[in-house]
Amino acid sequence: MSSIFDKFAPLKEQHAALTALGRSPDQLQFEDIISPTEAVLNGKRTILMGTNNYLGMTFDDTSVNAAIEALKTEGTGTTGSRIANGSYEGHKALEEELAAFYDMRSAILFSTGYQANLGAISALAGRDDYLLIDADSHASIYDACRLSDAQVIRFRHNDPDNLERKLKRLEGTSGSKLIIVESIYSMLGDMVPLKAFVEIKKKYGAYLLIDEAHSLGVLGEKGRGLCEHDGVEKDIDFITGTFSKSIGTVGGFLVSNLPGMDIIRFVSRPYMFTASPPPSVVASARQTLAKIAGATDKRKQLWDNATQLYNGLKAAGFELGPTLSPIVAIRLSDPEKAIALWNGLIDAGVYTNLALPPATPFGWYLLRSSISAAHTPEQIALAVEVCTKIGRELGIITLSNSQKAGVSKHPDNGSAQLNGASETHPDATSETESLVTPTGDDPAARV
Amino acid sequence: MLEIQSQLRSRAAENSVIGPDTNITRDLGLDSLAIMDFIFDLEDSFDISIPMERIAEVQTLADLTKAIEILQKEAS
Repeated sequence: MSSIFDKFAPLKEQHAALTALGRSPDQLQFEDIISPTEAVLNGKRTILMGTNNYLGMTFDDTSVNAAIEALKTEGTGTTGSRIANGSYEGHKALEEELAAFYDMRSAILFSTGYQANLGAISALAGRDDYLLIDADSHASIYDACRLSDAQVIRFRHNDPDNLERKLKRLEGTSGSKLIIVESIYSMLGDMVPLKAFVEIKKKYGAYLLIDEAHSLGVLGEKGRGLCEHDGVEKDIDFITGTFSKSIGTVGGFLVSNLPGMDIIRFVSRPYMFTASPPPSVVASARQTLAKIAGATDKRKQLWDNATQLYNGLKAAGFELGPTLSPIVAIRLSDPEKAIALWNGLIDAGVYTNLALPPATPFGWYLLRSSISAAHTPEQIALAVEVCTKIGRELGIITLSNSQKAGVSKHPDNGSAQLNGASETHPDATSETESLVTPTGDDPAARV
Repeated sequence: MLEIQSQLRSRAAENSVIGPDTNITRDLGLDSLAIMDFIFDLEDSFDISIPMERIAEVQTLADLTKAIEILQKEAS
């Protein structure tokens, strides 16, 4: 007899092949979370190298206590959307604090980071408008395009010239043009050439929305992200972000300096038709956000840690993403070796994210790690050592690889760009039905 | 169609037979990334932008040729 699940047979086979080589990412269960950087996995103490917990704030006392207090005084959940059930005091306060943090006019909360992109982008771009999105956009951006009535045009990843040609062709059309970019792309950790995009958006009178999911708390003197780091905040129309990375909880937001943004609350379906963030989540987000601007030491530690991991793996001979950032991805073209390395690392007590095509650029198999300010230099040294040992056993790297590899500095010290990401294009093996399958989906990250 | 066909040939698996009814995703051993790159190249050679919703409707070489013709007309 046929089943509604029959169509997933190829996927099931692919998943079975992955599991046959060891374990499956969806079956991993942490029995105990010891700290932002350590957990017990299958009875073994494991260093967590793929959490997006950039500032290590998930166990911050003030945030934990504020959440407990909110649970006791306001209960476990809001049980409805703000349009139907009304707002709690914390929702309004957090929106005001976000607007003040970014020095912008207004902010709107969403229940997750995914929903922030989904809700903001689908509502901002209407029937006669144009969405111009980077080809490597996160799944939340691709899904927003499907929910929007606007025409969607993709430009080549991080390619301002390609975007400009597309805007030029739209000259004379009446709809608004909304460009979508991400500050740090979640798979390889490469960054958007923001200043070039800002010049183009000004030249063509387009709007620019930047997703700062991976850069909030990470970049800029006050932790406001890439816009602050690049000194272009006054030219940015919209910023979206998430609380599920450096803020250490869950939720998302849209901020803007443009007057009249509140109308989005009555247009955005992912805002209107889902429960608002629970009081405990709002309470911990407020406490952590309040510490971001002053977390200068943590930011410095984060970049020192990223530099140690990136340069350590590069010196060992691994192929990495093009830019030093807190996201450090080992690029592999052989799926079996990628899966073996990922399993070997877990056996040795180091957890990373395994990312497979078509969710990855160029069809690469990625072992993705995201570093935290809470990692110790000893933990990072151990991770590099274990990775190098297993990488050599699997023939991914050799001693001669190690000798020719250079090192890099982080962007605040200049010279972030290494050789381009396009030096190897191994054939991707994914089978897809559609001509428009998104490529930049991050299967692990946004909650 | 000839221009599109020759661009497709340079990307497809060797000895692929490419005609108007060739299904671009299924018949040529091209993955989604190769197809995206192919579309970007076509946009440059024909000086048009192909919106994603138009690409989604395309299955065969004939579909793609027609879509490009329509977009060229709309642009002029």
